[in-house]
Amino acid sequence: MAALVIAEHDNTAVRGGTLNAVTAAAKCGGEVHVLVAGAGCGAAAQAAAAIAGVSKVLVADAPHLAEQLAEAVAGQVVAVAGGYSHVLAPATAFGKNVTPRVAALLDVAQVSDIVSVDAPDTFQRPIYAGNAIATVQSADAVKVLTVRTTAFDPAPASGGSAAVEPVAAVADPGTASFVGREVARSERPELAGAKIVVSGGRGMGSAENFKLLEPLADKLGAAMGASRAAVDAGYAPNDWQVGQTGKIVAPQLYVAIGISGAIQHLAGMKDSKVIVAINKDAEAPIFGVADYGLVGDLFQAVPEMVGKL
Amino acid sequence: MKILVPVKRVVDYNVKVRVRSDGTGVDIANVKMSMNPFDEIAVEEAMRLKEKGVATEVVAVSCGVTACQETLRTAMAIGADRAILVEVPAEVELQPLAVAKLLKALVDKEQPQLVILGKQAIDDDANQTGQMLAALTGRPQATFASKVEVADGRATVTREVDGGLETLSLALPAIVTTDLRLNEPRYVTLPNIMKAKKKPMETLKPADLGVDVAPRLKTLKVVEPASRKAGIKVPDVAALVDKLKNESKVI
Repeated sequence: MAALVIAEHDNTAVRGGTLNAVTAAAKCGGEVHVLVAGAGCGAAAQAAAAIAGVSKVLVADAPHLAEQLAEAVAGQVVAVAGGYSHVLAPATAFGKNVTPRVAALLDVAQVSDIVSVDAPDTFQRPIYAGNAIATVQSADAVKVLTVRTTAFDPAPASGGSAAVEPVAAVADPGTASFVGREVARSERPELAGAKIVVSGGRGMGSAENFKLLEPLADKLGAAMGASRAAVDAGYAPNDWQVGQTGKIVAPQLYVAIGISGAIQHLAGMKDSKVIVAINKDAEAPIFGVADYGLVGDLFQAVPEMVGKL
Repeated sequence: MKILVPVKRVVDYNVKVRVRSDGTGVDIANVKMSMNPFDEIAVEEAMRLKEKGVATEVVAVSCGVTACQETLRTAMAIGADRAILVEVPAEVELQPLAVAKLLKALVDKEQPQLVILGKQAIDDDANQTGQMLAALTGRPQATFASKVEVADGRATVTREVDGGLETLSLALPAIVTTDLRLNEPRYVTLPNIMKAKKKPMETLKPADLGVDVAPRLKTLKVVEPASRKAGIKVPDVAALVDKLKNESKVI
């Protein structure tokens, strides 16, 4: 019995969510192996081999795996999946894209977004925007799982010394090709793994006003987030959206500014350790989950807060 | 070109569901049901492709109980030309793999060039069916789409990914799943609701498609999540900063 974690990486380094998936994989009861599928991905494979608790790293290195498109990666996972009891990936845009394809090719169910491993065949997962937690048992031979990264601590990125084993790359299905990527460059921490998140909502009023949050995020060393309403209104970019269908975050401190607190937003942040809400509406649902609530005008409170930090 | 759009009947976006006290699931008796919001975006996108002259026919399909007919009528009121219901009795829990297999059988039958699905249903939050359908049909996929263009036998799709946007080019036939920013679905008008009542709807059973829909996952229990208690209101910014520094010590 061993569990295979599909590494999320950029060919040179392993992305954070992979470490949380390794922790979940270790709870499944057997050895933990990691598959690195990429192009010129030796450095990423070495990084995976250094993760504590990983005993083997499989490397598939081929030009058509460079952008890690779902068709190619899923084919690669299926080619090496024989003998594994579990296949896991972080429940990120990457993992959500690839993993169900793997499950279907293996003719097994997938359990999405697990928050707990109760037994090697039994897992907990949120449903209905986190308003209920289901415990599900899989009868399939291989358990295919995506892992909610905020529910599992990251495995230490160093301390391991796994064997690195090359595997034959599967043929390029050739039906999809990569055109380009627009990635926002930012000096701020990545939203999904940040210790502090400053998020703005519709109450910010405009894209211009939304910039008011930047000095606060800078002072706190925080990532920036947004509610769906703010993203839909064009105040903030798509990938800042925190919520049921956006990013799930659980930082040490979540500062919700001008966010009313729709259940879909709460689903994405209510596991944060400390929640601060600043909103002029004292009845806003966000105050129902906030540790510290400040009822007032955010346009005064935010600059004042920046001054006091 | 034909587009197939699967739609799911789910508990309405605005309903806060209650967990049944016996732990068997959530109580959906007498709650408002609607089309899954991401599927509405999928129908809208198919209609826009038809209005641009790219698509010639839009076929809506739903898998589930008889009442899914209403969801299909909504899809046809938005503009779908016809509908297919794969009727499954309420006591059978339909899971994503089974739905993907039903859709695969319909894809074989209907031969659409494009299948557009919602990226996830807001009830089980699984985010699986589109990718599974792509795998079973051997077609390329572009999930979480925020822009779709079709020309010269290919779909160019911009996807919402972590950290930004990614653009892929897929050889048709292909599978696309929608994200929130793809479009804003139109309002359904009364004349279109009336028209939708006259559009054809075919009803099939899983056995007609040769698909076994038995669930693979067993739900052992469903519970309320740990609840979070409201904290305190602070009078001013100074008090807030003081609490963060000295009480919770997070800054």
